Formats: sequence, C-alpha cells, structure tokens
Amino acid sequence: MNPMVTVNIDGQDIQVEPGTNVLEAAERLGVMVPRYCYHPGLSVAGSCRMCAVEIEGMPKLQISCHTRVRDGMKVSTGSEQVLRMRQAMLEFLLVNHPLDCPVCDQSGECDLQNFYMEHGLHESRVFEDKIKRKKAFPIGPHVMLDQERCILCTRCVRFCEEISESHELGVLDRGDRSVIDLFPGRELDNNYSGNVIDICPVGALTEREFRFQCRVWYLSQEASICNGCSRGCNIAVHFNTERSYKADGRRVQRLKPRFNPLVNQWWMCDQGRFGYGFVDRDRIENPCLRIGGELQPRAWEEVLEEVATALKTTVEKFGAEGLGVIASPQQSNEELYLVRKLFRELLGVAEIPFRNPWEGTGTEDGILLLGDRNPNSRGAVDLGLQGDAERILEDAAAGGVKVLFVFGHDFDSDPARELIRQAGYVVFQGANWNSTARLAHAVLPGVTHMEKEGTFTNFEGRVQHFAQALLPLGESRPDLEILCDLAQRLGHALFYAEPEDLYSEWRGRSYQDLGEFGEVRDSNGAGAS
Amino acid sequence: MERLRLISRDFGNSRARKLDYYRAHGGYQAALKALDEMAPRRITEEVIKSNLRGLGGAGFPVGRKWSFVPSNTGKPIYLVVNADEGEPGTFKDRYIMEWDPHRLLEGMIICARAVGIHTAYIYIRGEYVHPERILREAIEEAYREGILGSRVLGRDFSLDVHMHVGAGAYICGEETGLLESLEGKKGWPRLKPPFPAVVGAFGCPTVINNVESLTYLPHIVANGGEWFANLGSERNGGLRLFSLSGDVKRPGVYELPMGTPLRELIYGCGGGMADGKQLKAVIPGGSSAAVLTADEIDVPLDFDHLARIGSMLGSAGIVVMAEDVCMVEAMRVISHFYAHESCGQCTPCREGTGWVARTVDAIHSGRARRRSVEDLMQIADNMSGTSICALCDGAAMPLRSFLVKFRGEFDYHLKHGRCDLKRPVPAVARSGVFQAPTGSGGIPGAGQE
Repeated sequence: MNPMVTVNIDGQDIQVEPGTNVLEAAERLGVMVPRYCYHPGLSVAGSCRMCAVEIEGMPKLQISCHTRVRDGMKVSTGSEQVLRMRQAMLEFLLVNHPLDCPVCDQSGECDLQNFYMEHGLHESRVFEDKIKRKKAFPIGPHVMLDQERCILCTRCVRFCEEISESHELGVLDRGDRSVIDLFPGRELDNNYSGNVIDICPVGALTEREFRFQCRVWYLSQEASICNGCSRGCNIAVHFNTERSYKADGRRVQRLKPRFNPLVNQWWMCDQGRFGYGFVDRDRIENPCLRIGGELQPRAWEEVLEEVATALKTTVEKFGAEGLGVIASPQQSNEELYLVRKLFRELLGVAEIPFRNPWEGTGTEDGILLLGDRNPNSRGAVDLGLQGDAERILEDAAAGGVKVLFVFGHDFDSDPARELIRQAGYVVFQGANWNSTARLAHAVLPGVTHMEKEGTFTNFEGRVQHFAQALLPLGESRPDLEILCDLAQRLGHALFYAEPEDLYSEWRGRSYQDLGEFGEVRDSNGAGAS
Repeated sequence: MERLRLISRDFGNSRARKLDYYRAHGGYQAALKALDEMAPRRITEEVIKSNLRGLGGAGFPVGRKWSFVPSNTGKPIYLVVNADEGEPGTFKDRYIMEWDPHRLLEGMIICARAVGIHTAYIYIRGEYVHPERILREAIEEAYREGILGSRVLGRDFSLDVHMHVGAGAYICGEETGLLESLEGKKGWPRLKPPFPAVVGAFGCPTVINNVESLTYLPHIVANGGEWFANLGSERNGGLRLFSLSGDVKRPGVYELPMGTPLRELIYGCGGGMADGKQLKAVIPGGSSAAVLTADEIDVPLDFDHLARIGSMLGSAGIVVMAEDVCMVEAMRVISHFYAHESCGQCTPCREGTGWVARTVDAIHSGRARRRSVEDLMQIADNMSGTSICALCDGAAMPLRSFLVKFRGEFDYHLKHGRCDLKRPVPAVARSGVFQAPTGSGGIPGAGQE
C-alpha cells in the first residue's frame, strides 16, 4: 500500500491516501469547501470555480476538486483571497439567475441560496437585463427543467453520460446563452432520471411528483432501505406528518438515496424512488372478518380471538399439517424470525415458504435494479424458510390445509385466486389491500416497512437496518405486536418489546454492530465487511 | 537593405504553391536532412536552441513542448496543427497556407521525425475555405509524389496527414478545445493537467503546434538552431509574421525579427498612419492583448518585452487605431466578441463576458450607473486567472487596459452617451498597472524607413 501523505488544511494536519483531492481531504477535517460542479460520484468538471483554495507556493488559487494532495502541502480554504473568489463566483452566478426563490421548489435546500448566504456579496450591482430562457417544462416523466435557474454545473449531463449511460442531456449553445437541454428527439426517461434532481445544486431540475406539494422545511426524514428489489439501496424517507393539509394528506413526500459506498453509492432507481405510493394508498386500516360473505371491520380483540381459535382448533384436530403458512420476502428479518419461531418452533409447521410462485423475475437493468423485486428474500433463505407455496395453496383448496395464513402476498393469478377461493379459512396479514386480502376470512392490518424498524438482508447477504419513519396508519400494527399477541392467545409466552430484541436473539448482536453501511457475515458467522 | 524574409518570401507568388516550384527552390531538403542526417533527439535539440516560441500566441518554447511527450506509452503520438486562426486582428497563418503550403507540410515532417509521429491532423478554421482548398491540393500533391504517406520522401518513415475543418468557434483555437472538437465533441477546453503532450488527441500523447511555428522548422533544420536564435532577440528566436491592420497606410503581413520595435512596424512596414491622422492606440497581439498608447510604441516586439509592459505579443495581430477611433466603441466590439465566443463552461467567463458586454453597451449609450466603470474594473479583476483556459483572461486584459488608459473617454460616454473626439488625445498610461516605457519620443513622421 502507498504511504499516506500529510497535508495541512487551515492549520490542521490530516493524513490521506495519495491521489485524494484537496476538497475531499478538507471534508474529512470537517471543512466544507463550497462547490457546484464537483460531485464525488462523477468525473471532475472543474468549471464552477467555486472550490478554489489557496495553496502555499502556488501563484494562483487552485480549484480543490482538481488538485491532488501532496505531502507537506499547506492549504488555506478561508483566506481573504479565497473568500473574495467565492464572492466573485457567486456574483457571476447571479448575473443571469432569475432570483425566483419565493416560488422555487428548491428553496431551503438550494446550494445557491446556502453558499450565497454564507459567502455572497449582499449588494447587487447587476443592473443589466438578464437573459431569458425556457422555464418550467417537463423533460421526462419525473423531471422538470428550468433553464433560467440553471448554473451550468453539468452534474446532470455527466450523470447521464457516466452513470445511467443514457446520454439524454447536453449543453447547447455557447457562452451565457448556454443551456442544459435534451438532445433533439430525446426524453429524460431512464430508470435513474430522478438522480439528476438530487444532484442538481439549484432549482433547475425539480421533481414533477414533489413540485409544490410541500416546502422542504416542513419535511422530516428518517433513514430507511428501499424495498423495491433485493439490492437494498439506502434511502431517506422524507415525510410530512404535521401539516396534513398538504399533498392531500400523503405522509411520504419523496424518497432520496442515502450514500452507501458498498450498495448504491449516491444513487437509486426511479422504480424505487417513485414506488412509495403503497405507504399511503390502499392501506388496510382496520382488522376485518368475513361476515355474511363480506369483509367487515371489527375490533382487534375480536379478530385476533377468532384467528387464534381457528389456529388452536386446527392444530388440536389435525396437527400442524392442518396449518399452511406463507411468509413474505417483504417482511423484515425480525418478523421472519418471529414467524419461524411461532409457526415452526411452537406450532410445529414443518415448511414455511416465502416466495410467490406466480411472481416472475423482473428484468435487471445492469445498474442497481435487480430481478428479485423483494428486499429480503436472502434473509428468508438465511433463516431457513423454504417450501412450496403452490402446493400449500393446493392443499388448502383440497382441504388438507384447514387454515391458510398468508403474509402480505398478492397471489394475483387466476389459478391462485381459484385455489384461495376454495380454501377453508384464509388469514391475511399485511399492509395493503390486494386480491388475496380480499378473498381472506380474517384480515390483520400490518404496517409498511416505513412504519417499523428492522433489518433486510440484501442479495449479497448484507444485513441493513431501517428505522421507523412513520406511525402505523389507522389501527394497523407491526407484525411483532400481532404475532406476539396471537402467540399469547395460543398459550405461548412470546414477549418482544422491540425488533432489536428479536435481532439479538437471532444473531447474538446488536443493531449498532451493523455499522453505517450494513454488514455481510459469512456462514461461520464471522464478519466479512 | 532588403529585409530578411524566411517564410514570407513567396507570399503573393501563386506559382510557389506548387510542389515543382517549391522543390526547385530547395523545398523538402530540410526534411531529407532531418530524415537522413539527424537523430530525432538532435532535431529537438536544435529547435530548443533556436528559441522558437509557439507563435499561435502563447509563446511557449516549441522544442520544450516536444520534449514533454512520453515515448514509452505504447500509444501512437499525434501531431495536431492548429490552423484555427481566430484571434481578431490575426491573419498570418492564412497567408502561409495560401501561399506556401508545402513549407508547412515540410515543417510537419520535421516535427513528426523529431517526436516519432506518424499521423497528423490539421485543424483549420471553417471560414478558411480558400486556404483549405489550397492546402488540400498541396497534400494531394505531396501524397502523389511520395512526400507523404507510407514512405515519406522515399525513406523508411511514414506520415499521414488528415484535414479537419472547424465550425467557426474561437474557442476551438485553444489547444484543448481544439482537441475536443477534433474528437467530435463540444469544443470545451480541458482541465489541465494532464497536458496534451501526455494525454492529447484520442487519449494519446500529442504535439499541438501553430501553423507558423511549424513553418519555421525547415529553416531551423537547414541552418541550425543557433543561427535562428541569433536572428531574434533574447529568448525569442528568429523572425515572425506580424498581421498589421487598422489605420496604417500599408496594412498586411510583415515578417520581422523578434524584438523589432513596434514603431518600426507601424511607420516602416506600415508606411505610417493613414490619412495623416495621429496615432492613438495599438493592440499589439490580437484583441486579447492589453492595448498600448501612442507613448508605448517603442517597445520591442517580442514575448518578454510586451509582457514586461503588461501586455502580450500573442498572435502578433497588430491593430493600429488613429485619433478618431472611439475607444468605448472599440471596447464594445471587443467585449461582444468575447461574450459571443466564450464557451460557457466556466462561471466567470460565461457570465462575466456577457455582463461586461452589456455594461459597456450601457456606458456607450449613456445608460450606465455612475459606478459602472469602477464595477467593470472589478469584474475584470474577478475574471482574471479564474477559469480553465485563457479566453477569460483574454477578455479581461483588454478591458482593464482600455479602462485605465482611456478612462476619460469612458467617463465622457457614460455622462453624455456619445464621444468627445474633438479633445486632444491624452491617453496617459497610469502608473502601477501599466508601466509606460521610458524615453518615448514624438509620434509624427518618426521611424520612416
């Protein structure tokens, strides 16, 4: 390994790997050098000129994004000359900027606002007319472009060149007539288009779904994991729960990728990004029982009691063979562990499948999105869950399985629906209404993964923690509560206060041990990374 | 005594374009010498000794530029000829390509031999339709006669030459903007390092030289580097072409030794001021150079002397302005040129050039605020040295010099929205930023040849 080099930045020494740029080295010391064009996930453009710093022995200021550290280098990020340069660049950036912050969706999370407030010149001397450009027009299904707000940092262009490799965007024209625009005949319609919104430092690229729904300062956020496929992209859930009059009461306003160098870097796919609708839509808000052929809301007590009785009598009369349980790869490790504990270890059900045999494999896009569109299939495998869901449904239809307990699945195919219709007694536990839930005899409203804490194990075996962002909707309850309650009604003393209690029991470790980026453990239980 | 002319000897002689004529007058003998008698390293050494500077405008020593090219990368090395002559006031490369195209090709062979190059690109500006046609004919002739191609001049050395026609952007004359354009991309200058010598065209080591720089090579190889160096001034070897335009009696391209006083060019070659007018100002090195006042024309024309007085020799495009030229109007033209030609990549250049142009407009028409001239000075400062390439400096340098040296005209325009050209031409250089040369004499009639 190369020896580390020592640089001195604003009087503090730091050791970094050779090849590190000065901007990143400063960041490690907690020194934020303002920048627009630089993004750690993209090639260096070096064109915004915002990150210039003073380096001892160099006649001119150097842009810190394109200057590599040298041993003994002395850097000043706050000298008078540096501050003057920043002020000058900010002034230039505003020469043709419309300053329409009051109606700009980016307000509050805009680097032009932020850096201007910190480093800007506060008296304008721009008295000439500004250049007019196209404002607020859609360039794809998710993205709006405002060319007047654009500062030509070209992050979006480089993203489409280097990450999505879809080449929709370019810089057209020259000088101060330059604009970011679509190439003729193109549309920004790739599965990663939402990322350009994230990396746009200003209000030039905004999200069509999010526009004017909620001011960003009303948003709270919580760290989560995308449940859209088995990659396990790290995300932040941005939600608004205090101003329910906004966005028709939707709580989740948007998802943003969260940096994880080992999983998704800075990115996420559009399918995951815009796939959060299930959190506030088609939710099962009350426990239900089928009465007179109709599902009707009933109190938890009543529904749980009926389900417990059905389970108890079935096991008593027919043994565990009378129970069919199908877990879900959308459940957390903790929940799957609890399912296994209750149904296999305590009730004796031999086989608990988790895959939906009618669910095909999706197409992989070669970037992040994987074919398995479930977040925790690997976790279910690691927990030893296996079996044939189709055979269980057939047994249920044929009468061998008396009580069928389905977690979350939507067996949305004609043969599957027919089998479920013929089943004697179907319990559905899940967060959203679907074709299987509608055919059930008892429906137990669970919560989405944004309303609970837990872990998913991604395709490569990386266990990642997600935090609870929202409170359960309506009367819904986390599986942990429902299953413990059921177990107690069945006479088993299952008490778990928190998901972490289950996690510790299963893995002998705490959530803290997962670290910032999750943990891959080999079959011997030793940490791999 | 007749002036020494090396590469302009045949300007105006249409027969000289032809290979027969060129060969009959010693053409391609230097290339043969380079191929047969000189090791590549020796050629480079001679060129270093010659003090030949990059005559596109940057003035970087040509031989040293070659010496940065790594030879052990396993990649081909390319020669790119910068024929994108775009600096306002400059038209010398056009003369070379129109009247003496084979000398350029011979220079290219010498460079190729010195650096180990087998493929060359000539990037010529799109407006040069006529020079392009002549150059293409010369290349065809050279191929036909075995001067280019797989066996250059019958020797075991190959050189292929391709022409690439630009599309009219000034920025594509900046060497890395040119490379991007040559590769089929938008002509945005590249971040350096790496420099083209290491990563140039198509990711390979590349020599980029100006047409004129290459055209002097046959003379350097034929007569030696020292001989060439002695023709010029200190560290500025040989002769170079000056494009003289503006209010002189005889505008045109003149070949003079480096270090010749500007006065001699204007009053000797140029025949003095047109229509008996008085000299007011001179742009000495293309529009990107700081303007000189009439008091400053005793400066020797070489890279170092002009740098010393805060200007530059640049492309040696010399624009002479008489007493009746409105300096605000002149600055307006220049500032609009840079606003039009800024590539738009870097913040200060993209926004600054347009802002300057609009502010100069406002001063010109008397709409500007009182502080506008001071503001322009600060904008020029903020643009200087802050972007990837030199275009931004090229816009700031004339601006600052016009404002400092002709402040009175700007103030008058700002107040009245028109010129006051009846007033005598004071044009006093302010000390500090621009140092006027000492001992400047009177103007009229002086220095006639």
